[in-house]
Amino acid sequence: MLASSPRPEVAVDAAWTSRLLECLPSPSGDLETEQRRGREALARQPLPSRRQEDWRFTDLAPLKALDPAGMAAVSTAVGSAPLPPPPDPTLLPEPAAGSLRLWLDGRSDPLAGQSLPPGLSLLSGEDLHQALGRTLACCGCGQHWPVQLNQATASHCLALRVSGSIAETLELVSVADRLHTLTPVRLLLLLEEKASLEVLQVQLGSGPSLSSLVVEVQLGRQAQLLHGMLAIGEADACFLGHLAVEQASDSRFRSVMACRGWGLSRFEPRIVQAEGAAHTELKALQLAERDQLADTHSQVRFLGPDGALEQLHKAIADGRARSVFNGAVAVPRLAQRTNANQMSRNLLLSDQARIDTKPELEIVADDVRCTHGATVSRLQADQLFYLQSRGIDAATASRLLKRGFCQEVLRDLPAAAAVWNPLQRLMAEV
Amino acid sequence: MISPDADLLLEIVDLHAMVADQPILKGVNLSIRAGEIHAVMGRNGSGKSTLSKVLAGHPAYSVTAGSVRYRGADLLDLDPEQRARLGLFLGFQYPVEIPGVSNLEFLRVATNARRAELGREELDTFAFEDVVRERLTVVQMDAAFLERSVNEGFSGGEKKRNEILQMALLEPVVAILDETDSGLDIDALRIVAGGVNQLATAENATLLITHYQRLLDVITPDFVHVMAAGRILRTGGKELALELEERGYDWVDQELAVLEVV
Repeated sequence: MLASSPRPEVAVDAAWTSRLLECLPSPSGDLETEQRRGREALARQPLPSRRQEDWRFTDLAPLKALDPAGMAAVSTAVGSAPLPPPPDPTLLPEPAAGSLRLWLDGRSDPLAGQSLPPGLSLLSGEDLHQALGRTLACCGCGQHWPVQLNQATASHCLALRVSGSIAETLELVSVADRLHTLTPVRLLLLLEEKASLEVLQVQLGSGPSLSSLVVEVQLGRQAQLLHGMLAIGEADACFLGHLAVEQASDSRFRSVMACRGWGLSRFEPRIVQAEGAAHTELKALQLAERDQLADTHSQVRFLGPDGALEQLHKAIADGRARSVFNGAVAVPRLAQRTNANQMSRNLLLSDQARIDTKPELEIVADDVRCTHGATVSRLQADQLFYLQSRGIDAATASRLLKRGFCQEVLRDLPAAAAVWNPLQRLMAEV
Repeated sequence: MISPDADLLLEIVDLHAMVADQPILKGVNLSIRAGEIHAVMGRNGSGKSTLSKVLAGHPAYSVTAGSVRYRGADLLDLDPEQRARLGLFLGFQYPVEIPGVSNLEFLRVATNARRAELGREELDTFAFEDVVRERLTVVQMDAAFLERSVNEGFSGGEKKRNEILQMALLEPVVAILDETDSGLDIDALRIVAGGVNQLATAENATLLITHYQRLLDVITPDFVHVMAAGRILRTGGKELALELEERGYDWVDQELAVLEVV
C-alpha cells in the first residue's frame, strides 16, 4: 500500500465526534458564536490520544464509552426540547450561613429569581464577548480539546464582575448524572483592583456522564481569590476541568481542589502571572481507587519578576488505579527573583496501583529560587506502629493516617465547604 | 513497694532478638512484680532500647529465642495493639509526629481501645474532653496541645509530656519508658518524673530505660539493672546507679571482657 491507512481508533474517535456534532441542537443564545467556534474546532481536531505527550498516561476510554447522542440531547439550548428536571436540591446539604448557592448546568440562568450581593454584577453583551476566551488564550489552553468540547456545548456562562470585598462565599453546584449525561459548566470572573472573593465549586457526577468545566479568572492588582473545588464522582462518571487564571501584580490566587471517585478525571489549572510580583498557591488532593484514573496537569508561568508560587499536590492511589501529576513551571529570563516551590506527595496503597508524578521546570532566569520534590510511599511504618502501640488496630490506624494525609489540603477549602463534609466524602468506604 | 508476694507481671527469660539480621539481645532475663520500679541502664548500643521495642512488638525486630510472659499470657504471641490494650505501655524515646491527625482524636481513640478491654463504656467526644482535661494536670500541659496534630511541631519536652499524658489516660499495668529523660531540661524533667511518680501504684510497675543517673534522682527505682552487649550484666538497688555515675561504664566493659573469655 502506498498511503498508510489511519489507525482504527482514529476512525472510531472521528465517528464519535461527528455523532456528537450531528446531534447537538443548532447554536443559539448568548454563546452562539462560542458554540459555533467550538464545534468547528472539534470537527477539525481529533480526540486527545495517548500518542500525545500531554495525554501519555490518560486513556479517554471512559469518556468515549458515553453515548454522544445522549450527551447532545441534554445539551439543548433554551427554546428547544425541555430539559429533564434538575436533581432534587433537598437531597443536598443546606448552604452554609453567608454563602450564596447557585446551580450551574451550563444551559439555564442560575440567577433566575435571585439577586446578586453588592459588589457582584453580571457581564453581558459586548463585555462578555470581549472577555470570553481571553484568559484561556493567555494561558495557552484555548485550543485544548476539553475546552473546545465545553465551548461547543455550553449555552450559558456565569460571568461576573467583582468589585470590593465580597463577604458572601459564592457556592456553585453542578451535577451530571444518568439524566444529565453532559453538564458543561462555564464560569468567568473578573476581579477588579483590590476586589476579594471566595468561591466554592462543587462538582458531583454519577452514572455514565461527563462534567465539563471551564473557569476563566482575571485578577486585577491587589485582588484576591480563593477558589475551592470539591469534585466527587462515582463509578463511570468523567470529569474534565480547566481553570485558567491571569494575575496582575500584587494579586493573590489560591486554589484548593479535592477530588475523588471519578472513573476518569483530568484537571488542568493554568496560571499566568502577567506582570510577576503576584502570589499563587495551588493545593490539590486526588484520590484514585479501583480502576480509576485521576490526572492533574498544572502550569504556572511567570511573565515578570518577583512572583511567588506555593504548590502542594497530594495523591492516594489504591486498587488498580492510576494517579498522574505533571507540574509545569515556566520562569523566563524576565522573571528574575521568582520564588517557586512545588511538592508532590503520594501514597501508594496497593501493588497494582500506579503513580506518575513529574515536575516540568523550565527556568531561564538566573536569579531565582525554585524547588521541587516528590515522594511516593506506603503509609509510614513508624507512624502505624506508634498508633498500634496505643491499642489502635492496624485498620483504624491506617484510616487515621489517610485522613491526616487528606486534612492537610482539605482544611484550606473555603469555610463554606464544611456543610459538604469533605473529609467524610473523601474517606467514606465504598 | 517491693513485696515478694506481689503478682508477677512480666517475666522475660533468655530473650534473644535481632533487627536487620543483626543479633542485639543475647539472653535477657528480667522479672517484674506489681508495685516495683525497675531501671535498665547502659551505654548506647547495649540493647536497652531494643528491649523496649521488642516488648512493645515493633515489627522490625524479630525474637529468635526465649520467652516473655505478661500476666500469665505469652506476650510475643500478641499484636502490638493487643499488648497495649492489655496494659503494656511504651513511652517512646522519639515520639512520632503525625500531621493532620488531631491529638485529641488520637487520645480518644486510644483511650477507648483500652477502656473496651477493661469492660468500661466508650467515651464520646464530650465525656472524653472532661477526662482529658483532668489528666492534663498530671503533666501540667496546656489544653491547646489537644487541638494540634499529634506531636507535630512539639518541642522535645512537649513530646515527652504528651507521652506521659497518654500513660495517664491508658492506665497501664506495665509502663516501659524509653529514655524519657533525654532532651529534657531540669524543669521538664521534674514535671515528667512527677507525672510518672503520681501514676505509680501498688498494682502496676514501671521499667525505666535510661542512660543517666539524673532521672533516678527524681524517680527512685527498687532495682537497677546494667545492660551491656545484649544482656543484663548486674542487678542491684539504687546504689548501683550511683556507682555507675561515679565510675562510668568502663568497668562494665572490663566485666564484659572477663565474661567473653569465660
